[in-house]
Amino acid sequence: MRDAFCKGMVALGAAHPFVFLTGDLGFKALEPLRDSLGPRFINAGVAEQNMVSVAAGLAADGQPAWVYSIAPFIYARPFEQIRNDVCMHNLDVKLVGNGGGYAYGSMGATHHALEDYGVLLTLRHMRAYIPAFDEDVAAVLASMAARRHPSYLRLGRGEPPAGSTPPSYAPWRMLVDGAGPVLVAVGPLAGSLWSACLGLPRERRPQLWALSELPLADCPPPEALLASLAGSGELAVVEEHVAQGGAGQALAAWLMEAGRAPARFRHFSARGYPSGNYGSQSFHRAENGLDAASVLRAMGRLAP
Amino acid sequence: MDLDLPALIRRAQSRLLTMHFEAKVGHLGGNLSCLDALLVLHHGVLGPEDVFVLSKGHSAGALYIALWSSGALTDEQLKQDHRDNTKLSGHPAAGWHAGIRFATGSLGHGLGLAAGTALSRKLSGRPGRVFCLMSDGEWQEGSAWESLVFIAHQKLNNLCVLIDANGLQGFGRVDAIASMGDLAPRLATFHVEVESLDGHDPAALAKALGAAQTGPKFLVLNTVKGHGVSFMQNRMEWHYLSLDEAQYRAALKELGA
Repeated sequence: MRDAFCKGMVALGAAHPFVFLTGDLGFKALEPLRDSLGPRFINAGVAEQNMVSVAAGLAADGQPAWVYSIAPFIYARPFEQIRNDVCMHNLDVKLVGNGGGYAYGSMGATHHALEDYGVLLTLRHMRAYIPAFDEDVAAVLASMAARRHPSYLRLGRGEPPAGSTPPSYAPWRMLVDGAGPVLVAVGPLAGSLWSACLGLPRERRPQLWALSELPLADCPPPEALLASLAGSGELAVVEEHVAQGGAGQALAAWLMEAGRAPARFRHFSARGYPSGNYGSQSFHRAENGLDAASVLRAMGRLAP
Repeated sequence: MDLDLPALIRRAQSRLLTMHFEAKVGHLGGNLSCLDALLVLHHGVLGPEDVFVLSKGHSAGALYIALWSSGALTDEQLKQDHRDNTKLSGHPAAGWHAGIRFATGSLGHGLGLAAGTALSRKLSGRPGRVFCLMSDGEWQEGSAWESLVFIAHQKLNNLCVLIDANGLQGFGRVDAIASMGDLAPRLATFHVEVESLDGHDPAALAKALGAAQTGPKFLVLNTVKGHGVSFMQNRMEWHYLSLDEAQYRAALKELGA
């Protein structure tokens, strides 16, 4: 998704002038953007707090600013700068975190982002974008650029089924129709579940939706999803994020308030490091029950 | 500058005391130490293209008084300081006054905000200088040093930073808590322009603030916390205390009001 991001930003820069700041990351990825932007591409060094304040200063002076780093270094280290300098002033600053969830795998826990959008969505004016596929990135960038408010982009690794083309980007998309429960997957996890669901007979399939924007106050679930939920009475949410502050909790609360709560609700979320051991993104997903087989088995869609 | 700056400062000191006395709030010491510099800045230096960032947000009172003194806030507005349903909170709120671009109060933010503003002007080719007022204790924030490195590296020669070096912070003397020694030579090692001066000398302030700069400029203002009121001067507790009636009358008398 990082290559798609770079390509999308080069294209965006031609139409929407902005300043791009990186916290010394982007080797073998952002060089085309650097070459394209010239002096508007700034390596701010390993100093994320200053980088976010500088971005806020730029935006307050009328220049949209994008700031980029590995995900935890862009939302956790400079949190107060995001809260005070960016969000209190409702500024046009975009935070880009590469490697959402366990995407940095065996690099270790310091490089994982398990609470990014939950934390950031506690802040006023913030919107989180979690594209599911590489093909989403250009549309997401255009949407972020047009919004001109604080935004967070969580980049991961798109995993659509081989040979398939994802439907056009939308905050909510149905990927697989099915007669079973409604299954909402946040970001790239939708791709791995899409592949797995295609292997199930229709009567056993969940109806799979990809969710890519939060908060729900801005991007409520579509009527088609709510209608399916009314039929099956069963909802599951899967996300590579801790339960607290995640999309699952948000969706449950939204449905309760709307008087449309399902009879059954399951939430598959990141629980950290249950074994205390580390490995690839696939290892951590499996250990947390977030891989497609574990989710579908827990939902009774696969034989135990 | 054909202004009687000493007279303006005395008038502003009295108005500051009255505002804080009526609101029954403290933060007087650090307001009085930077008030002279803010008055010089707002009366004779800041132009329409310039931007001021108050990084030491706890000196909001001094900023409100400087804006009042230069005609950008009214007496009626000052009466709303620290009240309910006000814009004049104890640390500045943004979005309601052209002279207050950023909400500040957590230390170590303003310098980066000022750097971003100065960078914006350089990238866009728009005119204007950016001024930022910090405290000396604020340099204990790591983010301030991040910003210093950035400012020096980017050669932001449209940025002028004022440091209110009154030597006292929230719970003691700066030198006794986390000493940085003499800030001026330390800052100079980053290859920025540094000048130390008396922060209570209006003429020296006007000269330093108005002088052309070729690189990022840092003015270390040697100041006195609680300046102008004998029983407040150099006393840490006036970071917090509010005035009672007798103290208020005594302070006004000292200031000749």
